[in-house]
Amino acid sequence: MKSWRAQVLVCAGAGCVSSGCRKIRDAIVAGVENHGLKQEVKVIETGCIGSCNLGPLVLINPEGVLYQKLTPEDARDIVAEHLAGGKLVERLLYKDPLTGRPVARLEEIDFFKYQQKIVLRNCGLIDPMNIEEYVAREGYQALHKVLTSMTPEKVVDEIIDSGLRGRGGAGFSTGLKWKFARQAQGALKYVVCNADEGDPGAFMDRSVLEGDPHSVIEAMAIAGYTIGSSQGYVYIRAEYPLAIERLEWAIRQARERKYLGRNIFGTGFDFDVEIRIGAGAFVCGEETALLTSIEGRRGEPRPRPPFPAVKGLFGFPTLINNVETYANIPAIILKGAQWFASFGTEKSKGTKVFALAGSVINTGLVEVPMGTTLRDLVFKIGGGIMDKKQFKAAQTGGPSGGCIPAEHLDIPIDYESLTRIGAIVGSGGLIITDENTCIVDFARFFMDFTQSESCGKCPPCRIGTKRILEILIRITQGRGREDDIDRLVELCNNIKDTALCGLGQTAPNPVLTTIKYFRDEYLEHINDKHCRAGVCRRLKKQAAVKIS
Amino acid sequence: MVTLTIDGQKVQVEEGTTILEAARKVNVRIPTLCYLPEVQAIGACRVCLVEVEGNRNLQPACVFPASEGLVVHTNNLRVRRARKFSVEMIVSDHPMDDCLTCPRNQKCELQKLADDLGIREVKFTGEKSGGQIDDLSPSIVRDQTKCILCRRCVTVCKEVQTVSAIYTQGRGFKTRVEPAFGRSLNDVSCTLCGQCILVCPVGAITEKENIEEVWHAIFDPSKFVVIQDAPAVRAALGEEFGYPPGTLVTGKMLAAVRRLGFNRVFDTNFAADLTIIEEGSELLKRIREGGVLPMITSCSPGWIKFIEHFYPDLLPHLSTCKSPHQMLGALTKTYYAEKAGIDPRDIVVVSVMPCTAKKFECSRPEMAGSGYRDVDYVITTRELAKMIRQAGIDFAGLENGYYDDPLGEYTGAATIFGATGGVMEAALRTACEVATGKTLENLDFQAVRGLDGIKEAVVPVDGIGNVKVAVAHGLGNARKIMERIKDGTADYHFIEIMCCPGGCVSGGGQPVPVNDEIRRLRAQALYQEDKNLKIRKSHENPSIKRIYEEFLGQPLGEKSHHLLHTKYTARGRF
Repeated sequence: MKSWRAQVLVCAGAGCVSSGCRKIRDAIVAGVENHGLKQEVKVIETGCIGSCNLGPLVLINPEGVLYQKLTPEDARDIVAEHLAGGKLVERLLYKDPLTGRPVARLEEIDFFKYQQKIVLRNCGLIDPMNIEEYVAREGYQALHKVLTSMTPEKVVDEIIDSGLRGRGGAGFSTGLKWKFARQAQGALKYVVCNADEGDPGAFMDRSVLEGDPHSVIEAMAIAGYTIGSSQGYVYIRAEYPLAIERLEWAIRQARERKYLGRNIFGTGFDFDVEIRIGAGAFVCGEETALLTSIEGRRGEPRPRPPFPAVKGLFGFPTLINNVETYANIPAIILKGAQWFASFGTEKSKGTKVFALAGSVINTGLVEVPMGTTLRDLVFKIGGGIMDKKQFKAAQTGGPSGGCIPAEHLDIPIDYESLTRIGAIVGSGGLIITDENTCIVDFARFFMDFTQSESCGKCPPCRIGTKRILEILIRITQGRGREDDIDRLVELCNNIKDTALCGLGQTAPNPVLTTIKYFRDEYLEHINDKHCRAGVCRRLKKQAAVKIS
Repeated sequence: MVTLTIDGQKVQVEEGTTILEAARKVNVRIPTLCYLPEVQAIGACRVCLVEVEGNRNLQPACVFPASEGLVVHTNNLRVRRARKFSVEMIVSDHPMDDCLTCPRNQKCELQKLADDLGIREVKFTGEKSGGQIDDLSPSIVRDQTKCILCRRCVTVCKEVQTVSAIYTQGRGFKTRVEPAFGRSLNDVSCTLCGQCILVCPVGAITEKENIEEVWHAIFDPSKFVVIQDAPAVRAALGEEFGYPPGTLVTGKMLAAVRRLGFNRVFDTNFAADLTIIEEGSELLKRIREGGVLPMITSCSPGWIKFIEHFYPDLLPHLSTCKSPHQMLGALTKTYYAEKAGIDPRDIVVVSVMPCTAKKFECSRPEMAGSGYRDVDYVITTRELAKMIRQAGIDFAGLENGYYDDPLGEYTGAATIFGATGGVMEAALRTACEVATGKTLENLDFQAVRGLDGIKEAVVPVDGIGNVKVAVAHGLGNARKIMERIKDGTADYHFIEIMCCPGGCVSGGGQPVPVNDEIRRLRAQALYQEDKNLKIRKSHENPSIKRIYEEFLGQPLGEKSHHLLHTKYTARGRF
């Protein structure tokens, strides 16, 4: 294998692609050629490095130097000064927000320092379009290990022991799910990957597929062997063209290298994966709706039981996990359940990827051990709130999640703790707000989303969310009524209890948690016609001054 | 078998039985709305929610399978609140101001449910999802503002009839049931069978009423108004007046329509007998002369529209016979007009049919062979009941009425037209006797009776050999037969196809509700009438013999060709 003096990793996650990383890459490639460094420096596009607000960015290895917010001119300077001249280009380095000092090495930057990468182990490190690079990082060794030295039962036990829980939102034990799918009787079985990531702001699944598609393919093959299935489907939303392109490419490469297809590793095990593209319905991220959609029907949830593990795709037993869940599997197989379980809390093992967004200084994709506090996420990794504003609330789990106020900043982020305060880990969306956010308007935003994304099948969700939205709109327009909070709570509790699927059952969470933690702000809107954040334009920004 | 506990009572059922069914065994009736036996169980409406111990969420009883040791509560505060909430939500999006003027007023499942659950106020009012009213088709009116999105119509149209004229579209509060691109039923491949009307729990899908037009004709002194009724009507009309399903009310019905003011009361059954002669002759001709086989019956207009839309290439398989009421209409305005000395221009023919597709059929341009519309108005069984109520007639107290000559005489063979297999059985009775000249000992062809989707029989007929026949009812079964004709595996001579499951007894114009039990009972009533009639074979109907002698001449003759036969239109899908 050829060795290179330096490797330039150009982040080519969808975010950086849209901020112009291709021009940066072209400039670097041209520069490398002009300086006659073609034989010494390798330039590759890699998956999401994580710090999206710094893009377009490049990482230069082996030094691990990160250059941020680049223009093509900057890229030429990097080639001339760093790659040819051997000097750091100081003006392009990351600056510590507190000290203002440049930080050269990625691993010294706070945003990266506190992360623990299992799911994202290859993202931002390898060329996702080149299977060799995945293989070089122990790729497909887990599949080999499973096929040559583990019984399906052993695999199930390993996953159960690891404590891995579904990363799509519900947090059900992945190992148990595999066990049920293995035990289910069926002439056929299917392995399905849920890549219909739809929570506003969440993009970890997209990034895994863009940056490390083989980790998902390998995990699905392992799942196929474990439950006794030879066919997998990845259901991916149409809004992710880059992920689709890279996954398609990866599947083709895996087939060529015979990691997919007939008689894998000569063991007699057959497995293949096909892609199904969603048509833009949020509800198709709900597992039964997703399966219905693959079947070619209108994507709507169906009642469980029967659960997919018993009666899923086309009526056959089906194992369905999301992208992030699968991406953990090869690592667990290779390094062992105990290693995995050494991260996280007692009941929530491993890591979780969050899409950090909103008012924090550092936004992007972060992977931290379960149990990391919200405070660490916001202030250590996120660098605190922008413009020296106050932290107001964090919305976890997207529109299905809850709103966490400052009083709970020290809560460890794990399934049980968040559920206890009315929020959920969910798929890992994490939106941070500051004092400029109106909490009623914030709840209205999420309700507007779930209301229009309801599939319309059950009345509590179809009509109930509309009624909630109507009340919230009325409050933000200064037409709130005295009993509106009670009405909202009644609507919310009833919808939670009666809706058909997870979408409806969790849709009221943002409203319930904002009422729980920010009731005063609702009351100000309703009684004083006052919006302290100044967001609700029909209301007064300043509180009325009482004349005594 | 598994044992579960429902509201403290132990019940034993087969594993997998739904909680809903299990509860019925211990006399617990769980309310339902979107659930419809034999059609759909999707747990969508959240009305049948129950609490199953060990389950975090309330569960829909209509789909939740019973298993050993399950403990279920169907009536506690949580369940009551949940059910009420689901219905409150539906009600909050329903145009309640329209209740009094709704065609389903007092027969509305939502009304009943709201009453049963004690909903006395609409707590959560707001915008209504609204929608449009599609009244462009001659048969069916769809009022989206009343639709509660239970999807029963969608399922019956897609799964039972395999037509998929309407389906769920859009998302959230804007979800609607409608034809593709929000078009009218008239613009898509809807067969107008009206099965959607039968399953609609509210007034969102109804027939297009022609009651007022009929009243005006009746009270127009210049008009001579003739009414005819299909056999299935008399087996179901009683249900509108509180009689149990399967009560034959022919006599009272005849008395009632005479009181409504019709000048003559004829029987579509007469023309059913005539159909057997014409269609039977056509079949024999095709067999002897090598015509297109299998030949398929043509008396069901929903079925005709189906084959025109979906299998236009197979139209030559259809018998060219008009449906019986069209034949009778044509004869009324020719044979009868001549006989009675009435100007056919002044005759108005009203057909009472179990069918909504017949409203479309009578408006087809080719249905005017005499120069006048064969049939002027088609009203459904339900519409006739409304007219009787509007006229203040005490139906139960009526003495038996009678049909008028000469188009009122009929045989048992005609009356069973109303049940699936009836046309085939009538045809076989005549075919066997006419072809062989021998008298049949047993007139009951059991093989073609009953609710099996596709029924087959082989009947040896002297001089012809073994005649292979098939009977299908419901368009899903019709489609199966069509596919077999296409791939060449349907080696039948003759096929009866009825658009509606169960045949005309459960047509789209019949009283609601309809289910397999009711289908069976209504059919039974017709078979009973057949059994009680002295003449049970079409070719023995004296009036039929007379009309050929006096008017028509020969079966398939010149007059028949103009008045009793028709042609079809290839329509394609859109």
